Amino acid sequence: MSFFLPLAILMTSLGVAPVILMMPDSARRLRTGVNLAAASLKVALVAWLSYEVAHGTSFDLRHSIAQGLELHLQADALSVLFLALSSILWLLTTIYAVGYLEGGTDRSRFFGFFSLCVASTVGIAMAGNLFTFLVFFELLTLATWPLVVHRGTSEAHRAGRIYLAYTLGGGLALTLGTIWLYALAGEVAFEPRGVLGDIPETSPLALTAIFVLLIAGVGVKAALVPLHGWLPLSMVAPAPVSALLHAVAVVKAGAFGIMRIVYDVYGVETVQALGLAAPLAALAALTILWGSFRALTQDDLKKRLAYSTVSQVSYITLGVALISPVAAIGGLAHLVHQGIMKITLFLAAGNFAEGEGVKTVRAMDGMGKRMPGAMLAFTVGALGMIGIPPLAGFVSKWYLGAGGLDAGQPMVIALLAGSSLLNAAYFLPILYRGWFCAPPEGVTPGRRLGWMLAIPPATTATLVLAAGLLASAPFSPLGWTRFIVSLEYL
Amino acid sequence: MISDFAFLISGAGLICLALFRLATSADLLMRVLGLNVLAIGIAMVLLVSARGAEGTDAVPQAFTLTGIVVLVGVTAALLALAERVAEARDE
Amino acid sequence: MSDISLIVLLPLLAAVLTAALPRQAAAIGTLATGLNAFLAANLGRQILHSGTVTEAIGDWTAPLGITFDANGLASVMLAMAAIVGLAVSLQAAAGPARAGFWPLWMATLGALNGLFLSSDLFNIYVAFEILGLAAVGLTALAGTRASLRAAFDYLTAGLVGSLLVLLGIALSYSVTGRVDMEAVAMLTQSDTGRIALALIAAGLVVKAALFPLHFWMPGAHSSAAPAASALLSALVVKGALYLVLRLSLEGGAGTEFLRNTLAVLGAGGMLWGAWNALRAERLKLLVAHSTVAQIGLIALAIGVAGNPLETGLWQAAALLMLSHALAKAAMFLAVGRIAEALGHDRISGLNREELRPGPAEFAFAIAAISLVGLPPTAGFIGKWFLIEGLIDKGGIHWIALILLGTALSAAYLSRVVSRCLRGGPHVSATARRPPWRTGDVAALGLATGALLLGLAAALPISLLETPFA
Repeated sequence: MSFFLPLAILMTSLGVAPVILMMPDSARRLRTGVNLAAASLKVALVAWLSYEVAHGTSFDLRHSIAQGLELHLQADALSVLFLALSSILWLLTTIYAVGYLEGGTDRSRFFGFFSLCVASTVGIAMAGNLFTFLVFFELLTLATWPLVVHRGTSEAHRAGRIYLAYTLGGGLALTLGTIWLYALAGEVAFEPRGVLGDIPETSPLALTAIFVLLIAGVGVKAALVPLHGWLPLSMVAPAPVSALLHAVAVVKAGAFGIMRIVYDVYGVETVQALGLAAPLAALAALTILWGSFRALTQDDLKKRLAYSTVSQVSYITLGVALISPVAAIGGLAHLVHQGIMKITLFLAAGNFAEGEGVKTVRAMDGMGKRMPGAMLAFTVGALGMIGIPPLAGFVSKWYLGAGGLDAGQPMVIALLAGSSLLNAAYFLPILYRGWFCAPPEGVTPGRRLGWMLAIPPATTATLVLAAGLLASAPFSPLGWTRFIVSLEYL
Repeated sequence: MISDFAFLISGAGLICLALFRLATSADLLMRVLGLNVLAIGIAMVLLVSARGAEGTDAVPQAFTLTGIVVLVGVTAALLALAERVAEARDE
Repeated sequence: MSDISLIVLLPLLAAVLTAALPRQAAAIGTLATGLNAFLAANLGRQILHSGTVTEAIGDWTAPLGITFDANGLASVMLAMAAIVGLAVSLQAAAGPARAGFWPLWMATLGALNGLFLSSDLFNIYVAFEILGLAAVGLTALAGTRASLRAAFDYLTAGLVGSLLVLLGIALSYSVTGRVDMEAVAMLTQSDTGRIALALIAAGLVVKAALFPLHFWMPGAHSSAAPAASALLSALVVKGALYLVLRLSLEGGAGTEFLRNTLAVLGAGGMLWGAWNALRAERLKLLVAHSTVAQIGLIALAIGVAGNPLETGLWQAAALLMLSHALAKAAMFLAVGRIAEALGHDRISGLNREELRPGPAEFAFAIAAISLVGLPPTAGFIGKWFLIEGLIDKGGIHWIALILLGTALSAAYLSRVVSRCLRGGPHVSATARRPPWRTGDVAALGLATGALLLGLAAALPISLLETPFA
């Protein structure tokens, strides 16, 4: 029965997507019911799977396509990390989206592709080899495009075209790299410490080229500078899409891909032996600083958050590229921590826009009085991003810094300090305006938001707090991350 | 075998002329004629190839015959189409 | 009578019956397509089980014989025609078909089946003539001036092509004294033989609409009725491509000179077709130009296969043919429905309508995924094998061209798909969704089939791996 759980987890979104797509727009209750039931079921199944994986059960689902070409789903500790993140946040974002899109058009299309999007994320998490990873990675591109252009304005279509050009271009690079690696090494399964055997000695040049292709391919989605251009533009999408894209689906799929390539395809030793770790770390550092700089000057709230994502996701890449177990713990934990923090910020920002029509930093004055709940959630997310203890972001940064020292790279401390200052510089003005400035004269109270919009950001803000406070508990993101890193480095 | 050679040359000449005409002429009727000339040129080449030291081989002759049958059918279809095109223009 | 001759005779018999009984034509035609699919599946099962099946008609055997030879490749092609045929018949049976559609379509199917199974050159020539005439009839059915003119050009080009083939066959006979497939390997030994092969290949290039001899094709495929376009684009050009592949397989290492030319022409077609599709203003024309590009890709795959007896690259070409057939037929059927619902097929007008996107647009989008070659479609698996083989051979420039072609195909197809994702300000709140029609079911079924074929690629691949007789 080792195939049942992975299949069930995949089908709770992949199987549901066509059903939702076929429904008429007017079938609101039925659609919401199916959607929420599937999302809740998935959370339960993932919890079950995590329990089994923690106790050493292995899972396997294979489908052979041709000699040496196989679709393979499995579940290891790293999969569980990503699965738990995406399933929980999918449930919350779905609740939020149902409320957010109340009265909108094309909702069956929206929720259908939303499910498909999560199905691809889940597939990426459980992929057992590079081919399977590629299949779901490309599916993710296709599933998110209709969400980006959902509003149908010409601005949305322009953003969609650019998004497609970036991600399909990245997909081509990833495809070529994958095929090349298969031609060189046969089937590339994901195994801790890599699967390349003695190939690094015989053809280092080819492996370096393949590494560049693969990282460029996943780097587009991970928004590594200079491949990040699509991300701020795709902010035209509705708030739940931005939230899911940034926190879970797209950028995380990219970051997760970098982890898989470094840890489970090449192995850290090979990456270091080929001299590829330092350039990757440098690229990550550049992205961290560049994203923060650009965030400083954005007045549009969502754009500021978008550049912040560009910067924060590269913490994960940095943790991977530093080649130190301590830094790896920081990077991996940040996969989850950044996810819950950023989704909190986006959901809260969506509420500002929905409730009071506030979309820019300048208009944030007095938001603490106008929408205290959403402002509180936003504050927790922002302080977490800056790295104030005891919030989740502090834990990641602590481990990243310690890892930098461990790897003999004290510059990392300076980088983190600089980045945190920049984080503070672009987040604190928002908080200041929200809590300490008076609301502008003559502003009329906006519409009251229902529980579907209020509960999700409150929940994720609580998670941000919990992930920091309970970091030493065994099932916290940090505890689970230690378990993963022990497999890779011990 | 002077006559064989003459057949071959004139067949090849007809093929070239016909291909030239087909490539340059837009007139539908002219193209039907061009195709017919092309087919006849090819038939001549085929007939020459049937002649060997130990008499005439029937197989290329059968090819030629099939070719002629096809040609007649296609010419009829082409003429019918050309007429329909001309009618459609008048409408 | 064996299964092999039955699968050729059945559609031809149906052609006669549908011509004689026009009132029952749709029923007879659909029934015959169903039976044909059953026979094709059965033949595939036999081949998987016990290898290539051959049959000599009327006891005429090599070197002059009329032999039918059902090998793995042929059975994949038969299955391709059967599946596309089912969907097209379904679509045609539901709508008011024009008189003459069914006999022509049945003749097309019979000629295609005969072409795939024939293993002697002259038989192939005869099958080609039937196929060409039936296909021209299908083009002209629409009855518009554009379609009549396109049919005329098509027939002219087709006749030139078959005359070249005939000349090549006769020349080949005078060199080798035989017309069965054994002759091809012998032809590569002498100069005259190579000229004969080149003549046959040139004729096939015209018929396959391979760049730069594709001039007749976009007009013909874009002006015909949807069901006819689907047949022409998905199946009819595949007949010639199949034969190119077959000659390349039979000729082995000796046909290298032809394959090199083919690869270059293929690359040219891939880029030229894509360029024209990018600039096309009408949907049907875009799809027709995309066929030029895809044929280029397939020809490129056959061309770079090197000596096909040594590499598996030709299997990539066969997979690409299969996936293109399903996806392109789906696309033409979908375009037919879109044009019917909107009343026009201008690309620029796709997104400003008082109509929500319906199932046909969805089918178009899924078919587009297959044509671009994104996972998990069969087109992707085909490209995977193609690129993997080229990496082994060191053909990096071909890989670059293929990737460029892929990017261009994504660009021109997304022109359409992005307009299908219309919503927001372009659609009024009261806009309705077009109702489901049988044509939608056919298009969506084919498109989904093309999508899922990648997951089931093991089946065609194991058929292709069956050794030849």
